[in-house]
Amino acid sequence: MTSTLSALIGTDEPLTIGGRSFRSRLMVGTGKYRDHGVMSRAIGASGAEVVTVAVRRVDLDRTKEEGMLYHLSSDDYFLLANTAGCYTADEAVRYARLAREAGFNEFIKLEVIGDRETLLPDTEGLLAAARILAKEGFAVLAYTNDDLITALRLEDAGCAAVMPLASPIGSGLGLINPYGIRTIKRRLSVPVIVDAGVGTASDACLTMEQGVDGILMNTALAEASDPVAMATAMRLAVEAGRLALLAGRMPRREVAMPSSPTGGMLR
Amino acid sequence: MSDIEIVLNGESRRVPGPSTVAGLLRHLGLDPRTVVVELNRQIVRRAQLEQTALASGDSVELVHFVGGG
Repeated sequence: MTSTLSALIGTDEPLTIGGRSFRSRLMVGTGKYRDHGVMSRAIGASGAEVVTVAVRRVDLDRTKEEGMLYHLSSDDYFLLANTAGCYTADEAVRYARLAREAGFNEFIKLEVIGDRETLLPDTEGLLAAARILAKEGFAVLAYTNDDLITALRLEDAGCAAVMPLASPIGSGLGLINPYGIRTIKRRLSVPVIVDAGVGTASDACLTMEQGVDGILMNTALAEASDPVAMATAMRLAVEAGRLALLAGRMPRREVAMPSSPTGGMLR
Repeated sequence: MSDIEIVLNGESRRVPGPSTVAGLLRHLGLDPRTVVVELNRQIVRRAQLEQTALASGDSVELVHFVGGG
């Protein structure tokens, strides 16, 4: 069964962002896990290649665990740094430059947050930062809301991918606006990766069925009772949603249509 | 040899001087391959760590990758 699924998925095109190709359409974060062992096993089970990290001050008292590079090998994963926690374009640009200096790649998951309660993006700051970073040669993956106009402007700004939310970060509310996400995917040429809000496997499957190129999630795995099992479920759900999309679903009808022959009935 | 006072990750700190950024990292026991350094808001490239001098009043930020989404 697994090999059949792999073969079917194998006929799909790889996900290509900023000139780099990835087999897995599931990207995962590294925050909020209860320990690094669970995190490593969950990320392994997810099959993800792209793994996000945040940029923070080194704890000089070493009361906390050391940096992520002690727990995740950059040989095994493609490290995608984010600008999480940044509330202005200037701040996000500063974090992005620091992340690039770490020396792994030119990719940045750009977040410019506009509100502490909802963590919804400040689209004005986001566009300003995206323009600067794209000009500096970054492959910008921009975390945004489900608004088509902002998504189009991010594409025009030179973003390598646009990442609309399913629902607010860490909310687990699932795909709130399937139409909005579908519309963004239909209208953009760059890859569309849904980022944030996916809570469980059915959310991931439904999101992929909208036609998007991939999903990034963190809390859905980290806060599951069994993150490794949930990571496996998410891997299968992303593949199932992708396959269902490629398979082409039947039309929706407002009336029933019999599955068995209407002729040949006893009189 | 006398200590210099710098602002390190937002806090005043006395460190042995005269020193370079690389010297500071050695003093703190940090591997330069896992840390990115900003000196007075300018990134210090890894190749420049040994040549970049530290002076009293300098502001140094040391960052690295941590878990995040």
